[in-house]
Amino acid sequence: MPSPVLFDYVLRLGDDRLVLGHRLSEWCGHGPILEEDIALANISLDLIGEASLLLKLAGSLESKGRTEDTLAYFRDAIEFRNALLVEFPKGDFGFTIVRQFLFSVYSMLQMDALQKSRNTELAGIAAKALKEARYHVRHSAQWVVTLGAGTDESNARAQKALDDLWRYTGELFCADDIDREVAASGDGVDPSTLESAWRDQVLAVLNRAGLRVPDAGYMQAGGRGGRHTEHLGHMLSEMQILARSHPGASW
Amino acid sequence: MTPGSSDSQWPLWEVFLQPPKGEAHEHAGSVHATTAEQALQNARDVYSRRGEAVSIWVVPSASITASTPEDMGPFFDPGNDKPYRHPQFYKVPRGVRV
Repeated sequence: MPSPVLFDYVLRLGDDRLVLGHRLSEWCGHGPILEEDIALANISLDLIGEASLLLKLAGSLESKGRTEDTLAYFRDAIEFRNALLVEFPKGDFGFTIVRQFLFSVYSMLQMDALQKSRNTELAGIAAKALKEARYHVRHSAQWVVTLGAGTDESNARAQKALDDLWRYTGELFCADDIDREVAASGDGVDPSTLESAWRDQVLAVLNRAGLRVPDAGYMQAGGRGGRHTEHLGHMLSEMQILARSHPGASW
Repeated sequence: MTPGSSDSQWPLWEVFLQPPKGEAHEHAGSVHATTAEQALQNARDVYSRRGEAVSIWVVPSASITASTPEDMGPFFDPGNDKPYRHPQFYKVPRGVRV
């Protein structure tokens, strides 16, 4: 049964994970050490797997015949609904780790709540994604502490990443009409209800790492409405070129 | 991790996996890591991505004391000519069914 609002909501969930998964995949072959290279690729594959399930569900909720591949490869940047946080280039290892940590705690809380979704398919995807997110938190938190409490240089790089990324965390918890409607129907979760738990968990790790939480200033948003940074278009052109150059190709 | 040194990697850890059937842990390989928690995570990512394990042990490689190739003779050869140490050496008495 078509459900346009739930389609919009699930598209956001899927796009967050597709874009971040692609950003992480850019580390493949470039990790600081073989083991971490594999770990980042693992997390990337977890996220792309979640995105695939979520976009497939979105396609069926839309009921216009779009598959997960159509949604991933044949939409332009303005049609993507991911938060800005996930679309920035991978940066240095510190940037990637801090972003992964900030997102993973959010994803863990979100998926935990979505296990109770009235939509059983979404609840099932959430149960799977929750297990993965718990590991992503454990892995990235361990690295945040290692970098923050490490050398002067690793601390400075992690702190800079945190300072640069903090203003994009507010968007994760901004609730609009779509969020409120799916929360009211029991299908989705109002993201604003996740913020205090997120803050507590993030601050606990940042304190252990000796990293300073940036002052809460202006929070940048736009991704949920399709207003993205220039970076997303460049990323999509690389991610989509094969599927667009050879429509219908299989590999 | 000084530049130019032959091994720029982190310390080595040996990884032991317990297969799902509840058998004894078996040596799977080794990973580099700076802490035990990191070694455990790296072992998980490198060796148990396909559901190979229900439990992982990691041990600093430096903590393992191993026999050397020179030990081969004195350690192992004396066992070769003592067939009575194998249960097959003994005949099963008549009347005992296996």
